[in-house]
Formats: sequence, C-alpha cells, structure tokens
Amino acid sequence: MTDTAPSRYSASQWQLMWAKFKDHKLALVSLGVLGVFYLIALLGPFLAPCDSWRTSQFAFAPPARVHIFHNGRLMRPFVYGLKMTSDPGTFERSIAPDKSTVLPVRFFARGAEYDWLWLVHGNMHLFGVDSGGQINLLGTDILGRDCFSRDIVSTQISVTVGLVGVFITFVLGCLIGGVSGYYGGVVDNALQRFMEFVTCLPTIPMWMALGAAIPTQWSNLKVYFAITVILALRSWTGLSRQVRSKLLQSRDEDYVIAARVAGASDSRIILTHLLPGFASYLIVSLTLEIPRMILGETTLSFFGLGLRPPTVSWGVLLQDAQNLAAISVYPWLMFPAIMVVVCVLAFNFLGDGLRDAADPYKE
Amino acid sequence: MARNSQSGALLLRYVLKRLLWAGVVLVLVSFFAFLVIQLPPGDFLDSYVETLSRSGMGVDSATLASLRHAYGLDRPMVVQYWEWVTRFLHGDMGVSLLYVKKVNLIILERLPWTLLITTSSMLLMYAISIPVGIYAARRQYSLGDFAASLVGFVGMATPGFLLALVLMWLGYLAFGISLGGLQSPQFMQQAWSWAKLKDLLWHLPVPLFVVSIAGMANLIRTMRATLLDELGKPYVTTARAKGLEEGVLIRRYPVRAALNPIISSGGWLLAELFSGETVAGIVLGLPTIGPVMYRALLAEDMYLAASCVMVMSILTVIGFLASDIVLAFTDPRIRLS
Repeated sequence: MTDTAPSRYSASQWQLMWAKFKDHKLALVSLGVLGVFYLIALLGPFLAPCDSWRTSQFAFAPPARVHIFHNGRLMRPFVYGLKMTSDPGTFERSIAPDKSTVLPVRFFARGAEYDWLWLVHGNMHLFGVDSGGQINLLGTDILGRDCFSRDIVSTQISVTVGLVGVFITFVLGCLIGGVSGYYGGVVDNALQRFMEFVTCLPTIPMWMALGAAIPTQWSNLKVYFAITVILALRSWTGLSRQVRSKLLQSRDEDYVIAARVAGASDSRIILTHLLPGFASYLIVSLTLEIPRMILGETTLSFFGLGLRPPTVSWGVLLQDAQNLAAISVYPWLMFPAIMVVVCVLAFNFLGDGLRDAADPYKE
Repeated sequence: MARNSQSGALLLRYVLKRLLWAGVVLVLVSFFAFLVIQLPPGDFLDSYVETLSRSGMGVDSATLASLRHAYGLDRPMVVQYWEWVTRFLHGDMGVSLLYVKKVNLIILERLPWTLLITTSSMLLMYAISIPVGIYAARRQYSLGDFAASLVGFVGMATPGFLLALVLMWLGYLAFGISLGGLQSPQFMQQAWSWAKLKDLLWHLPVPLFVVSIAGMANLIRTMRATLLDELGKPYVTTARAKGLEEGVLIRRYPVRAALNPIISSGGWLLAELFSGETVAGIVLGLPTIGPVMYRALLAEDMYLAASCVMVMSILTVIGFLASDIVLAFTDPRIRLS
C-alpha cells in the first residue's frame, strides 16, 4: 500500500477491498478490457464507419488492408477501392482491390446518418472514407454489409443483454431470497422447493422452449426484453440462495437483535444493518452471472431462437458462420466469436478478483 | 449396534423424503412441459391446418371443429392438462407432425444415444477433473496448475456451439472428413459388429469433449478450491506432525471431504450435460433427444418438443435424487438435517 492510501486501521470496507483488488493484475486488466467493450457499445455508430445495414454489391469482400505506400510513394493511410473481376475461363466472380482508386482514411469523417442513443442525430464517424468508397476493415458479409460496423453495433446489444438481465436477476434474487431468509418457516420451505424445481430444468432446453414461444410479430425492443427476462428466469436461483443463506446467518446475530430490541423496523434492519454486510458478495455473484447471460444470449441467437435480424448481436452474426465452408473460406465472419470469448473471460477474471477482494479472511 | 440401526432409520427417512420431493418436482416439471405446448399462439391443430394449406390442401371448419373436439382442444385447460399427463404416463405422447410418427417411438429411438452420451460424458468428467483438481491443488501455481486453469477458463468462456464448429473444422483440416454424427453413413443400417463399434468409438471423442468441457472446467475449479481449503485445516497439520505418509493422508482425509461438493453437484451437472448435449447435438448432428427438441420447437411441433423437455427433466430429477442419496451415504452429516 502506498503512503497516500489510508492506513489499514482507518480504511473503510470499500477502501480495503479496492486496495486488495488492485493487487490482482489479471482482474485489473479485465476491468480495462470490459471498459473498452462498454465504451465501444456507448459510442456505437460513431465508431462504425458504415451504416451496418447498408448492402453493397461486394459480397464476402476480404478485410481491407490499410496502406501507406502508393506506387512507391509515402502517403497518408489509405485503402484501395474494390472492383469485381471475373475469371475469363470459369466466369467465377471475385473481388479484388482496385489499385487505381485510392481512398484516404479520414478522421472525423462525415458519413452515414445515425441517431445516437435516440438523442443526438449525427453523421460524424471516428474514421471513414469519402463517399462513394467503402472501408471494410473486417470484410463484408453475404449481402456486402460491412462486418466491422456490424461487429460494433452488435456489441451494443450483446454487452447490454447481460446488464439488463442481471438487473432482473438482482430484483428477483433479492426479493425471493430475502423473503425466504428473513421470514423462514413454511414460506422459506416452499420457496426453496420451487428453486430446486427451477434448477432441475436443463438450462438450454428450457431457454430454447421459452425463446421459441416469443411471438414473431413482436417488435425488436420487446424481443430484446423478453430474451433478458428468459435468461434471468434461470439465473436468479444462485443469487437468491446466497441472499437467503447470508440472511439466515446474520438474522440471529447480536447486533441484529440489538437493533430489533431498539425498535428498528424490518426494512431498516435489512437495509442499514444487514445489506452492507453482504453487498460485496452480491456484487461478486452478479458479476459472474453477466457472462453466463452473454453466453446464453449468444447461443440462443445463434440457433435462431433468440434475437432476430435486423437486430444484430454476436449470436445473430455468428449465424452466418454456421457451416464449415463459411469458416474456412470467410474466416472474418468468426470475429464476433473472439469478442464473445474475450468478453466472457474478462468478466470471469473480474469476478474472481472481486471475490478475493471481498473476502475479508483472505490475505 | 443400536447406533447403527438408528443411523439406518435416519438414512431411510432421508431417502423417503427425497423420493417424495422428487415426485413433487416431477409434477411441477409436467406443468412446465404443458406450458411449452400452450405457449405458442394457437393450438397444434392451427399449425397442422397451416401445414396442410401450405401443401395445397384445405380443411373445412366442420372437420376442424370435430378434430378439435376429438383431440379435446375445446375443453378447459385443467382437463387438457390432466388428459395429457395421463396419456404421457401411459406412454402415449401424441403424434409428431414433423416426423409423422408417434412421439414415444422417436424418443425411444434416441433415448439410448442420449444416455450413452450423457453417462459417458459424466464418467469422463469425473475421471479427468478429480485427479486434475487434486494435482492442481497440491501443486498450486505450478505449470500443471496453470495449464489446468487455462483449459478450465477456455471451457468456461467458449460457447459450446463454437467449440463444436471449430473442432469440426479442425477435424476437416486434419483428416479431410466430417466428424459430425456418431456413425459413418455406411454403418447406419447395419447390425452391430466390431467394425461398427470401432467406428462409433472413433466418433465419440469430439461430442464427449464438447458436452463435458464446461462441466469439467467447473468441477476442476471446485475440486481445486475445496481441496485447498481442506489442506489448510489444522487436522492436516496434525496428521503430518504425527508422521502419516503424505499420499495416504491426502487420499484418506482431505480428498474425501473435498469430494462431497462434487457429489452433491451431480444432479446439477446432469442438467448441464443436457444443455451441452442439445447444443453439441444440433451442431454435430447427433442422434440424441436435444436436436429433435430444437427441430420440433422451430417447426412448432409442440407435443414432440414438450415430450423432449419432459424426458430430459425427468432424467435430471433422477440424477438429482441419485446424487442426494449417494451424498447421504458418503457424508453422514446430511442424514441428520
């Protein structure tokens, strides 16, 4: 600990945790990685050079290379335009860089229009090329749409599914676990049994069955929320079990009895005396729940039972990579898979770091 | 002797209690499966009519009404549920519109494969993760521990469908053959022979790996963490101080204690395996129940889908029951609660 940090004896619970968390390098790096993911999600259309739904004639164009030498002369970074060539013998069409068109990469370029967070209408992008050309850093898909832009827009959906889902998990878990642990007795018994029943349903088949039941005519937003609710229907059990056991443990502690004797209300006891004691555990288990939800959404959408086009999420994008031919011929379609793995790993490492930091007995 | 019989009575009481509870869970599961049938808009006759009209055949409303009456679709929900459950218990699970076949025949055909995949994945999972977990805990922060954690994290963070796809692709690159399915096409219709068995064994590793990796990652982590906790306890130090040989000591006490959470997670693991089996089954084209459920859901063939959900859940409940009972045998503390 540095000199400026508060002394161990006067530091608050959260200060101690932060000090411990900082020593966990992997968790710290993961926090940074997740920061980048959520920044990408926040800035979304500004970072994407193209409109992610605009189709073009260049289907399955390979990722564009950014060059700085043109005809042996040093230039500002640029990409070549694309042209369609057809093999004179087989008439097979292929896409190749057109060495005669130079498209300089411009920063803060004007391009496709978008609504940022439904608030600001704009057309400025972090980078782009002059209108008429296109820059496909990660190639294009079957309809000639820019994969890089689609990857960015899908990040918005995929990383927030976990957050919204975890919020629902939090509400359900605290409510059910809280009632169960605080009141005990018959209520507790019934709720416990119900929880065991939910655990008995195999997760993915249950998600699939519920996902298939979402009406096809629902709007994108409604489907999005329906999916988060479906994911949360399974995940609240873990949290509520924790809330319950912590409540049962501390219900008969001296300080709780003292508060009760002093005339504190139930809600006051729960909120000001009990909750701070295990808030850190809740944060840890919620952090570990987010990656499970992200994986769940990806799997459901991949199998066509989750989010549906035109909504794009990592799972929806990976639908294009469903067969072996796609993977070997158009490997850039697999890029969302890398994002899934990195994001889920980062959340797990972060959760591990938080768990160690939150455990007061662990040095 | 008196203590023994008392302990036996406690065990019996515990087992009976779990059995009773398993029955209650099965009833709740049947509610859920019935819900699966009811959730899509319209009943199954609507989708049947739609299928018929798509193929150019019309159904007049009088026929439809009589059909609806014949299937009992005009009666209250409770009655429909009761009829469905009693028919299910008699082995009549309805007719699949998708496969044009009785649902119970489809299930029976695929159940052995499902059981083969899940039980062998489970065995594989235990056989690998327990020794690896013990090794990782005893040699904490060693290269082997690091490698085990790495495999664990990859298993946890990679969606099953992705793993299956990548393995198929690698198999295709390496051997030039598709690793999908459980049998080569030429053996499909043949009677069992050594060659067919050998062919099956060749096809098993990829599905088993995909199905068990997530659970395996979890088990290794649990085993390692609980064993580390146990190894730090004073009784281990005492045993060491009294000169007990290290290998015997580890095997006899801390490992036994650390195995309890592994046993108690058996039922939960089975539920996970059905998840993995469904995902791997769809991508790899396995002849198991999961992929049928998926196809049935997409085609709104609800009786088939619900029966698949029901069968998988029943198997999971049995798994939970079995792990509870095994745990009561291995951990005497359970019987008292």
